[in-house]
Amino acid sequence: MILFEVFLNGLLLGGTYGLIALGLNLQYGVARILNLSYGEFFMGGAFTAFFTIMLWKFNPLLSLFISMPIAFAINWLIYQYMMIPLVRRAADQDVLDADVVLVTFGLFFVFQGLALVNWSGDLRGYSFLSVGVPFFGATVALNRVLAFFGACAIAFALFLVLRYTRFGSALRAITIDPVAAGLVGVDVRKFSALAFAGGGALAAAAGMLVSTFISFSATIGVEYTLKALIVVIMAGVGRVTGTLAAGLLLGVVESLGGYLIDPSLTIAINFALFIVILLVRPTGLFTRA
Amino acid sequence: MLELLQKNWRIAALMALGTLVLALVPLYASSYVISVFIVLYANIALATAWAFFSGATRYISLATASFFGIGIYVLAITHVYVPIPFALAAAAIVGFLVAAVVGLSTLRLRGVYFVVFTFGLTELIHQVINWWEININKTTSRYIFTDVPNVNIYETLLAIALITIVGSWYVSKIRLGFALRAIGEDETVARHTGVNTTRVKVLCFALSASVMALVGAVLALRYPYIDASIAFNNSWSFQVLIAALLGGAGRAWGPAVGAVPLVLLSDLLAGSFPHHFSIALGLCFVVIVYFLPGGITRLLERLYHAWWAEQTKVRAH
Repeated sequence: MILFEVFLNGLLLGGTYGLIALGLNLQYGVARILNLSYGEFFMGGAFTAFFTIMLWKFNPLLSLFISMPIAFAINWLIYQYMMIPLVRRAADQDVLDADVVLVTFGLFFVFQGLALVNWSGDLRGYSFLSVGVPFFGATVALNRVLAFFGACAIAFALFLVLRYTRFGSALRAITIDPVAAGLVGVDVRKFSALAFAGGGALAAAAGMLVSTFISFSATIGVEYTLKALIVVIMAGVGRVTGTLAAGLLLGVVESLGGYLIDPSLTIAINFALFIVILLVRPTGLFTRA
Repeated sequence: MLELLQKNWRIAALMALGTLVLALVPLYASSYVISVFIVLYANIALATAWAFFSGATRYISLATASFFGIGIYVLAITHVYVPIPFALAAAAIVGFLVAAVVGLSTLRLRGVYFVVFTFGLTELIHQVINWWEININKTTSRYIFTDVPNVNIYETLLAIALITIVGSWYVSKIRLGFALRAIGEDETVARHTGVNTTRVKVLCFALSASVMALVGAVLALRYPYIDASIAFNNSWSFQVLIAALLGGAGRAWGPAVGAVPLVLLSDLLAGSFPHHFSIALGLCFVVIVYFLPGGITRLLERLYHAWWAEQTKVRAH
């Protein structure tokens, strides 16, 4: 029975991993920029929710109306004014990747440093919907269920947009081949900027949803960047449903591994999974060969 | 080797003189100055070793802290049983072997995958060792019982830094160095022109790792005790990377040039304003990419060439 509860919690955790990775996959899949400062927007979303409930006494869900537009705007600016010059001058993808890794690591240090200076390194947390709900004999926390269904709803909405709108087809075209997309009249730079900014906004949303059930500090971003990256690489670049599935897999493996082996080894377990997938299927689990 | 020495005798003489001066510093300097220099030499050796592999091949590695930490742990474990020099040698050998195994399995990952892999490697080793110490050894930290004076650590690190710079420069002049750079330019082409890319990459990755482990082991002599979060601290990886790129990873003496301002800045800020230091590091990254793509050394070389051209023009008139 306890194994079922562990499995269930892993599934709920995995849903949020999927959500965290969706934004990064949008950024990496469409704009082809691997943003290593991604987790900082997750951290920003978590802190905005924290201040909304603790300082201003509002429902933390309302914080999404602040954090998502801000994250969207900052990411749009980063893409337009920091990434475009790099893309223009890069001789090939290798050079671009190296430059992007350095700049986004730099941004990660700057954002984390600013957060530490302003908000200190203390652990924060608040209580929101932390009541147990019975589920087939097991008990799950309501805030985790909320985050799980929030993740599913966002993934479903993103899936619909990508599948059934003109905007979505443009994004999918850029994912497959940016040059060819440009040739058939897609404004690649504009849509890439929007996808990049949208990915950042999703990170903030994920931060808000996850902050309801974890304690967090200003240094939490990098851990979630790493997790998001593991999920994206597991799923394959540019896959929405695959990202959610890979997130679920990671959550279950982490939960079961932590329970069966040792809870202090979760990063090691995540990482072992990541290495195996990189070596066995570097293009991802959910891509067609 | 002799031919190379004859061709560059001015530089060699200058370096010998500089080394002599630096080796005599502990006779006159205060213990504070000596410890700043110790950190500086450690950073120079690490950054040079990093650039030796990553600068030439453009495989950006964030595993510096892993090998550095392995060196610290090997020293902490072995120094109880064997004399210090043997413990240091053991650290270098273990670093080499671990890097060879890691390299064999992962050096086919390119670009961002390799970066992310090496970044996570430190976390992985950190957690596993932490788990091992708590569950198997029933402790979290190890004490280091030595009375090696700071002067000896100073001279040892000075020697390691110098040997690393000269060695890295020497390798850049022989076939192995050409093979490394060929891999950095275009790995497929390198393979087709007959370079055994796997062997070259693994060998150089392991050589660079053994220097990192050795530096970790020497620095560990100064610590009263160590634990996994002291040994496997990711900030070493970043600081070393920035030092190398700031100075210029394409030249053997570049990383040393980059390490000086960084160590001074860190000494000034890291103690009292650690968060501001991290912001400064981040800004360094951005400045390097946009304004100093070849590092300080390339800038200096460009200025020197411009000045030289100006001089010869004047003389021609």
